[in-house]
Amino acid sequence: MACISPDGKPTASGFRILRALRDGLGSPEKIAGGTNVPLFKVRSGLREMETAGLVSSQEDQYKLEPKGKELADTVPA
Amino acid sequence: MEEVKEQMPSLPRLGQAAPSFEAVTTHGVLKLEDYKGSWLILFSHPADFTPVCTTEFIAFAEIYPELQKRGVELLGLSVDSVSSHIAWARNVEEKTKVKIPFPIIADLSKEVSAAYGMVHPGQSKTETVRCVFIIDDKQVIRTILYYPLTTGRNMDEILRIIDALQTSDANAVATPANWRPGDKVVVPSPNTQEMAEERLKEGYDCVDWYLCRKKL
Repeated sequence: MACISPDGKPTASGFRILRALRDGLGSPEKIAGGTNVPLFKVRSGLREMETAGLVSSQEDQYKLEPKGKELADTVPA
Repeated sequence: MEEVKEQMPSLPRLGQAAPSFEAVTTHGVLKLEDYKGSWLILFSHPADFTPVCTTEFIAFAEIYPELQKRGVELLGLSVDSVSSHIAWARNVEEKTKVKIPFPIIADLSKEVSAAYGMVHPGQSKTETVRCVFIIDDKQVIRTILYYPLTTGRNMDEILRIIDALQTSDANAVATPANWRPGDKVVVPSPNTQEMAEERLKEGYDCVDWYLCRKKL
């Protein structure tokens, strides 16, 4: 997986996406712009994180779920 | 006895929607739709750890920053496994100091290579030939290049095609033979006699009414 390791921990780019969501960026385009993670990787990462229950989406807008928020809060600022 | 005919797959063509896919890559599972809004160069190579392919991957990695400036992503493909791709990319970096920054599809099932017509049995029944599919930001196929197994691709030409396509799209013009950015472009041919007569009065650099160039 691109953004979640087999042990369930987000990779470096996964953490950047979680932190962007925590900071209020909701669309893949805004997350890509705010994190320097390529848009294709943001989209695939969000898909993985949604499957893992870390984020949820509605009409291409993403938000953190409690499990994702907990992980995002462990990200150093 | 029933005659067994070789199946001729229907190949993608210019101007058609690029065949969709979901594939395991060195950057995780990617779908074609993940690239919506970006241009994409989907290219295949025969096999990992082979000499010509290694020179090509180094060359693709070297033009990647230029491609990114143009909003273009790269996606490689061969019928090798993800582990093989990872090992090869790490080996290339270790031996040549060139990092492979783009994903590579591990098309062990040959689903993507079949959809794009990347296996040419006259060249190899098992390996993909050197294909280049340039797909625009609306996921339409804009250019297809095929190179044989023995001939490495020309990165200048790939960049030139991207520049030409994006210039044509932005300015409703065409580009002449051997065009380079900054050269004059070709004004589309007139469709009516009236337009043909007017064309010659418009101050373009014209050989005749049907071949006029202008500076952008």
